[in-house]
Amino acid sequence: MSLDKATVARIATLARIKVPEADREALGQELNQILHWVEQLDQVDTAGVEPMTSVAAMTLPLRPDKVTDGARADDILKNAPGAMHGFFTVPKVVE
Amino acid sequence: MSEFTDLTLATARDGLAARKFSAVELTQAHVAAIEAARDLNAFITETPDKALDMAKASDERLARGEGGVLEGLPIAIKDLFCTKDVLTTAGSHILDGFKPPYESTITQKLWDAGATCLGKLNLDEFAMGSSNMTSYYGPVINPWSEAGGNRQLVPGGSSGGSAASVAARLALAATGTDTGGSIRQPASFCGIVGLKPTYGRCSRWGVVAFASSLDQAGPMTRTVEDAAIMLGVMAGHDAKDSTSAPMAVPDFRAALTGDIRGLRVGIPKEYRVDGMPAEIEALWQQGIDWLKDAGAAPVEISLPMTKHALPTYYIIAPAEASANLSRYDGVRFGLRVPGASLDEMYENTRAAGFGAEVKRRVLIGTYVLSAGYYDAYYLKAQRLRTLIARDFDQAFEKCDVILTPTAPSAAFAIGEKMDDPLAMYLNDVFTVPVNLAGLPGISVPAGLSADGLPLGLQIIGRAFDEETMIRAAGVLESAAAFTAKPGRA
Repeated sequence: MSLDKATVARIATLARIKVPEADREALGQELNQILHWVEQLDQVDTAGVEPMTSVAAMTLPLRPDKVTDGARADDILKNAPGAMHGFFTVPKVVE
Repeated sequence: MSEFTDLTLATARDGLAARKFSAVELTQAHVAAIEAARDLNAFITETPDKALDMAKASDERLARGEGGVLEGLPIAIKDLFCTKDVLTTAGSHILDGFKPPYESTITQKLWDAGATCLGKLNLDEFAMGSSNMTSYYGPVINPWSEAGGNRQLVPGGSSGGSAASVAARLALAATGTDTGGSIRQPASFCGIVGLKPTYGRCSRWGVVAFASSLDQAGPMTRTVEDAAIMLGVMAGHDAKDSTSAPMAVPDFRAALTGDIRGLRVGIPKEYRVDGMPAEIEALWQQGIDWLKDAGAAPVEISLPMTKHALPTYYIIAPAEASANLSRYDGVRFGLRVPGASLDEMYENTRAAGFGAEVKRRVLIGTYVLSAGYYDAYYLKAQRLRTLIARDFDQAFEKCDVILTPTAPSAAFAIGEKMDDPLAMYLNDVFTVPVNLAGLPGISVPAGLSADGLPLGLQIIGRAFDEETMIRAAGVLESAAAFTAKPGRA
């Protein structure tokens, strides 16, 4: 598989990273080099092998569904690039 | 000054207990050393006032006959651990100005044990790199240089500032994190000890996430004993990290008995990789002989999936990174670059805030998780991961620990390997399989290259058997008797 300019543009949009038109060709080549290298895994027969979903032999613990923390709006907003009236602010999304 | 900065955690603790010096004196010596070594660029943020305040409080506790395991001992923190009200950058532009309103579990444990905080250490951006060259805050300079040479060398990465600061005697010890070798490879490049615990041994809560199924924090120190002491403080179950193991923390230091008679040491034949320098091959053989002389039994083992570990890692780690790094959106913290719409603001912020290597990995990760490619890449890599872990399971039926080189080279010059991501990735060929299998590994300084640069050997243990690994590492350390110091220490 090979990444063309259109695919680079598509994954850049999915990843929400602006990649200028002029950089797409070179970036695609860089990414292709990495993808071709990882494709050597195709040589390994993995039929019937379970995909690893947890490296530790443990099941995730359950806990009571209770509030244990909170009421920290000021702490949370302290680092926001934009905040007003106890909320994060973003560019207008609703007309 | 060096009478203080050359101490280990263990000897400094003895000195404080015997009232030979105070925690304030010990901290002042390190603060001065840090100021004198700013050209190494090991620190992103120095916190001398905080360190001295903490040292004063330690002296008061020591005077009352109280104090924790690390009381009054000055250490430094990789800038990937969130520290309350202290700038935390992850080496990235996108976290500009971020002062966490909380403390990571691990750093909290260290402060609770009495350690004093010298500052936050430079690292590869989001811990993605093997040379510290991807940091937004610039490269770290290795305190070692080649005999007769004056090229500036990388300290390794991603915990480059951690390794450089401990080697240069700027801190008694430092925290690191290891996703594919980021504790062990820089430890090897800087001639110190670096220990990556079993996945789940240390809490990841409050550590900026790179690849959550691989990330693990650990100690970086100048002796194996210090690594054991510090791991004892860092380890333990944490309800805030659902992958943290609910297991008791053993006395790791007590594992240093020096007795490895009958220990079966696995030597994986697949680790003799093409192009590995003869001197590393020779050092490895020397390590085998040292352990054998101490009564251990070397056994050849096979880890046939070894050559597939790096490509597997470079699917899984970027996939997890692309998800973890989606939180940097210019809304809740850090950098914001304006845009006409919300999406454009996201795209502008992330384009300006992430460096080239981080963008590469986020894009690769996005691609391998995207519709139509998930099975071919991500699912395939997860199947490979099962096979890689199975290799180790089978090997540990025949041996108790595994001995390998830590890295396929000594430290290289700043600027080398920068134009070829794949050449850079090869640094981690011996360390990545350990992360994929969730095992503990430790790098011990074992000798010098012909150019006078440190080389490390790695010991890999069974899951949650750091004790046997530490015991073997202690014997290796004694046999190697590595006393060389970098030119800048």
